[in-house]
Amino acid sequence: MSGIKPKHQRLVLVSLALVAIVAAGLLAAWALRNQANYFYLPDQMMADPPAVGQAVRLGGMVAEGSIEKQPDGITISFVVTDQGDARVPVMYKGILPDLFVENSGVVAEGSLDAKGVFIADNLLAKHDENYVPRELQEMSEHQNAYRPEDTVVGYE
Amino acid sequence: MSAELGLAALWMSAALAILQLAGGAIAQRNPDAPLAALVRPAAILQGFLAVFSFVMLLWVFAITDLSVKLVATNSHSMKPMIFKLSGAWGNHEGSMLLWVTVMALAGALIAWLERRLPEKTMQATLASQGFVAIGFYAFLLLSSNPFERLATPAVEGSGLNPLLQDIGLAFHPPTLYMGYVGLSVAFSFAVGALLTRQVNPEFARVMRPWVLGAWVFLTLGITAGSYWAYYELGWGGWWFWDPVENASLMPWLAATALLHSASVLAARDALRVWTIMLGVVAFSMSMLGTFLVRSGILTSVHAFAVDPERGSFILALLCLYIGGALLLFALRAGSVSEGQRFALVSREGALVFNNVMLSAILGIVLLGTLYPILTEAFDVRVSVGPPYFNPVGAIFTIPMLAVMAVGPMLRWREDNIDRIKLPIAIVTVLVVTAALAIVLFTSDIGVLPLLGLAFAVGLGVASFMPLRGRNLLRVPLATWGMVISHFGIAVALLGMASESAFTDEKLVAVAPGEATQLSGFTITLESVDPIAGPNWTAMEAQITAQRGDGAPVVLNPQSRHFWAPVQQTTESALLTRWDGQLYAVVGAPSPDGRWQLRLWWKPLVTLIWYGGLLIALGGTLSIIGRLSSDIRRRQRLAREADERADMAALRVENGAAPAGGAA
Repeated sequence: MSGIKPKHQRLVLVSLALVAIVAAGLLAAWALRNQANYFYLPDQMMADPPAVGQAVRLGGMVAEGSIEKQPDGITISFVVTDQGDARVPVMYKGILPDLFVENSGVVAEGSLDAKGVFIADNLLAKHDENYVPRELQEMSEHQNAYRPEDTVVGYE
Repeated sequence: MSAELGLAALWMSAALAILQLAGGAIAQRNPDAPLAALVRPAAILQGFLAVFSFVMLLWVFAITDLSVKLVATNSHSMKPMIFKLSGAWGNHEGSMLLWVTVMALAGALIAWLERRLPEKTMQATLASQGFVAIGFYAFLLLSSNPFERLATPAVEGSGLNPLLQDIGLAFHPPTLYMGYVGLSVAFSFAVGALLTRQVNPEFARVMRPWVLGAWVFLTLGITAGSYWAYYELGWGGWWFWDPVENASLMPWLAATALLHSASVLAARDALRVWTIMLGVVAFSMSMLGTFLVRSGILTSVHAFAVDPERGSFILALLCLYIGGALLLFALRAGSVSEGQRFALVSREGALVFNNVMLSAILGIVLLGTLYPILTEAFDVRVSVGPPYFNPVGAIFTIPMLAVMAVGPMLRWREDNIDRIKLPIAIVTVLVVTAALAIVLFTSDIGVLPLLGLAFAVGLGVASFMPLRGRNLLRVPLATWGMVISHFGIAVALLGMASESAFTDEKLVAVAPGEATQLSGFTITLESVDPIAGPNWTAMEAQITAQRGDGAPVVLNPQSRHFWAPVQQTTESALLTRWDGQLYAVVGAPSPDGRWQLRLWWKPLVTLIWYGGLLIALGGTLSIIGRLSSDIRRRQRLAREADERADMAALRVENGAAPAGGAA
């Protein structure tokens, strides 16, 4: 590039940078459509289930009396429900979040298996009296007063 | 009384910021205006007052003055002193006050010490600094007053989120803020240079320590934040691509690009417009980070709407500053004269390539972070995580790493690739051999961890190549800084790739006395006992971990229960060995007396944070090296000027004035 005029060099540089950044943007847009992880409520999951194995999140209330510990001592099964009669069975292997209780909100990250059981890799429950996962917060918006600024206190 | 003093100081600082802006603006038209002379003193005084105001806030937290609303809602008389103090900035109002304090302090520093640039440029710079500060003062004073009193003092404070009662986190926000603010200073210099058309190597040299300083603080802040998330959240992960994390990563990426392009401008007087552009982008990213974290929009678009005053205020500031900066850039960039040109195969060429790659990665992180907020506005709730960020980011990271290995060996202006054929060949062979060895000796390794490991090895060796054939004692400090930072990237990359490739995980339910095996460790649960801390109680497990026939080590993971505010946290226990970390978490008991244990063996995981520290160390060495060589250069120039003046004077005395006049 040493043989060309500075003005042209700048033009070439700017176009290269633009091409790279537009390419990054297009790639990002394409990947976002495919890789974004969608949020489902129990009734949505019953009506229009995601593909088996597709990573999604399921949010709802833990149904009363549904938490069962399997004999291996590490697998927990429970049912996520909503105000209506939609019920999604969930299996989870792992340490339960600290405030995971029946009749309380939960967001499960994972995917459906072939039998329609939601296999959770991770559970997000109410963390403390203030911190609530964002989807739960919206679900209980009309039930509880909440303080949105508290959920991000000091996290920067 | 302290609260009122603090508030008064804050109002006065705001007034001084206005004076600074007005004085700087007037000085552009009339350098002899009386206000122009006040710009520097105003900036210095503003620094003092802002610090005073912040000290007053620390004071009301230290004495737990419960008549101050912020103390009552965020503190508690029974908290340890260090967390009382850190509580002062562990909340919205306090952290914004910290922001402006650091910013005013930085403004005071440049007003006091910086004499290298033309005075007119300095005044424009300080005016821009004042302009940015005014927005934040207005935000604090009008919508988030930290010194607000309660009509009736509270009986007891409501405490601080226990997750935040952690020494690492106490210093995490201030570190990041110093980074953000450093970038605002760089931005102000860029505006000053653009306004007075002084985009030249001198400007780059003056701006560079601020960019480097910001970058060092951001690096430290990100490293500390990542380690905090790793051991405090008890999930065993060290990076979640969480929007709050991204909010600190994006300014870091922009600052990385900026400091490299500033180097090109300082050394070769090329990339003038690009450097200014990056200055604007880097500052925009730190504003965006502040906006994302502070507005409540991350919780939800609806949370943003619930508290519209604050959110809209920051959004307005964001638009004003970024929009204004881009407008100024668009108007003035054309008038910046052409810089030097250079060849494709040259140090600048490699730096430009990496600048573009960094910008692309920045764009990817930015889109991924904003996408959920955009879709939520249309009532589609998504989250974007590792399946997006990791592969898409890697597409640009891998070429960047390759060029990063070669670039520092190239010469400025123009170079011949044949000259460095041998080192390139060595590094290539290393990368390929490492990749083949890993494929042969491990099974089931992902593409990204494999590439990460191989490139880490190659880059680790390549980062020392610029030192070959040189007398190590005579290598400038700034070069050492570059070598160590690049090596730090390789070290961190090795840790990340190794963690994701080789982590061994186990989830078991064991009764006290029972043992389990993990990656050569025999792990026995001895007992689980209740214990009490200053403001919590816990169930603490006694675990012994024995590696092979080695001595058993006791680990004590806890499940803690805080009572102000009520919250449970999982305290992980870590066993660090040179080749990795054993990570243990205790869960809930079963009715049959067994306890859940979650165990991880994470080979080389600590390298992630050691790498971060090395990167920051390299940056610090660079600052010291650059500043000291700059001071030496100035002293030499001053001495030479003195000598010339002396010689001229001597000649005049000897009656040889006509001959000396030419000197």
